[in-house]
Amino acid sequence: MTDSTTDTRPSPTAPKRSFLNSLEIDTRLLGMIGAFVLVALVFNVLTEGRFLTPRNIFNLTIQTASVAIMATGMVFVIVTRHIDLSVGAILAACSALMAMTQVRWLPGLGLEIGHWAIPWIAITAGVIFGGMIGAFNGWLIGYQGIPAFIVTLGGFLIWRNVGWYQTAGQTIGPLDSTFMTFGGINGTLGGPLSWGLGIIAIVATVILIFNARRVKVAHDFPVKPLWAEVTLAVIATAAIAGFIAILTNYGVPERVVARDPAKYGCEVAEGCNPVYGLPISVLLLLGIAVVMTVIARRTRFGRYIFATGGNPDAAELSGINTRFLTVKIFALMGVLCAISAIVASSRLANHSNDLGTLDELRVIAAAVIGGTALSGGIGTIYGAILGALIMQSLQSGMAMVGVDAPLQNIVVGAVLVFAVFIDIQYRKRVGAK
Amino acid sequence: MTTPLVEMKNVSIAFGGVQAVDNVSISLHAGEVVGLLGHNGAGKSTLIKMLSGAYKMDSGEIWIEGERATIHSPRDARDYNIETIYQTLALADNLDAASNLFLGRELTTGLGFVDDDRMEAETRKIMARLNPNFKKLKEPVSALSGGQRQSVAIARAVYFNAKILIMDEPTAALGVHETAMVAELIQELKKQGLGIFLISHDTREMMELCDRVAVMKNGQMVGTERVEDVTEDDILSMIILGKNPREAA
Repeated sequence: MTDSTTDTRPSPTAPKRSFLNSLEIDTRLLGMIGAFVLVALVFNVLTEGRFLTPRNIFNLTIQTASVAIMATGMVFVIVTRHIDLSVGAILAACSALMAMTQVRWLPGLGLEIGHWAIPWIAITAGVIFGGMIGAFNGWLIGYQGIPAFIVTLGGFLIWRNVGWYQTAGQTIGPLDSTFMTFGGINGTLGGPLSWGLGIIAIVATVILIFNARRVKVAHDFPVKPLWAEVTLAVIATAAIAGFIAILTNYGVPERVVARDPAKYGCEVAEGCNPVYGLPISVLLLLGIAVVMTVIARRTRFGRYIFATGGNPDAAELSGINTRFLTVKIFALMGVLCAISAIVASSRLANHSNDLGTLDELRVIAAAVIGGTALSGGIGTIYGAILGALIMQSLQSGMAMVGVDAPLQNIVVGAVLVFAVFIDIQYRKRVGAK
Repeated sequence: MTTPLVEMKNVSIAFGGVQAVDNVSISLHAGEVVGLLGHNGAGKSTLIKMLSGAYKMDSGEIWIEGERATIHSPRDARDYNIETIYQTLALADNLDAASNLFLGRELTTGLGFVDDDRMEAETRKIMARLNPNFKKLKEPVSALSGGQRQSVAIARAVYFNAKILIMDEPTAALGVHETAMVAELIQELKKQGLGIFLISHDTREMMELCDRVAVMKNGQMVGTERVEDVTEDDILSMIILGKNPREAA
């Protein structure tokens, strides 16, 4: 937001507003999208057009999903001035539990491998386990006053090795075939379903935009010009349709179809030409993004998270139970780690003990690149997801170009610091926020 | 005399070895403004924070409208219709005026989601009454001037039909015009029958605004006087010397 939005009186003599101001789009969001587009274009040139192919974009989205899911929870953690260094370790512990449940324990209890209930029991157990670990962290932080940095640094050492004890250090697999549909390429929606969901998303977006306008008008609030709303709706429609179009342009290779044509609804591989479409893991991420955004903006829980981050004393004096709030935030983080564990382990088709190593740093970096301020009170869900996407693009782009591994990390590290530098400069310019 | 709105009886609290408030009693009636005066560290804010629920007293009793009250948290205090405007204003700087006004008491839609539009509409209404120049409804309160921030804090206390209002240095950060506005507001609220505790350093201002003034020193109550019975000099010597010169005489 810039200065010209301070005067919100509806007045015929209001100063002419610029195009972007009329749209009322967050300029930070624009900046991040700009950065992402720039990264994508540069790599596309460097890789002679291989970066922006449906195949690579598809891969980018499934590689981003796991970190992005956790990053949405990290936003809440960082907004309340905490940190969670244990997310990668919690992911490993939950993954170990879910892998052992589906591969060893349930079959040991007499459920034969492939039974329909196995993946769902495993997932339920994993999510509960993650939530309990998170709630325990939150209790230590909120009620016992141990700094989050210390609690989760301890958790970083503890939980991955709890996973190690569950599996005796072995790689556990192969995972249940239904479970593996959450992993990306093993579970996609195909063409028609992807388009169906895309159309639903477009209709929902348009309804949301105009419903919000209707409510504002009903309250006599100033609204942006109608053309601005229409422009927004058109941009959103184009973005959703474009995304689906790209993903449904990634055809399943012929040799894969030939292995099992029936899976793609064909009798023979010739002339079948099925497409992958939207991966279930990405659908999961998008669903989580919507839910987390609604929590952040439209629930008391979310409001209290931001209020506590902005001024913990004020929150306390307003009657907010900030201790229990901390427990809830960390429990939510733990649940998201468990969901990420599903995506990460099923993408690899088995659980290995090093799953999610260094993810805590990627998740924190994604949230911070996405504009979450470590000083608290500021952060967005979409920002964190974009941050995860930018990091993943940098990493896989550099790998495609053939940049040396050490240099890759140097670049990612530099980008992290640079992104925060830009953010601080930006905030200075638009005023103390 | 009628039952006091608030009666704090023999209240004490200590932090570590320091007796911040030592066996203090004070009362407040409906439609009355009672000023609390004293040096920094005299215990004024601490005394009042026990009433607003920010601190838990070690010993003593609080009676509200003739009934024994238990106040352990800010939420308890709110249940007794006690509203507080803190010296620090206690605003979440990153949120807008409406979010701050309703913080902890959000209006929700039928589905339980926070209803920002309705809260903004209510905020517009009350602001139109308290501070007609207030327009920055969409900005985080960090972008507001001292006076505008003050009016958000006041609106928060007034909106919820407080019976007992605690104002801790309400005019400390304000300009002349805004100070006059606060004074006017205090008179209006008084007419509506609210009881107001006012904390300030400005003795002259207190003499104008208050019905009674209570002076504290080193955690103890020096004395409570009706403003028409004392001069500004009397009050000053109570603050500085810890005793009323007339009584000494």
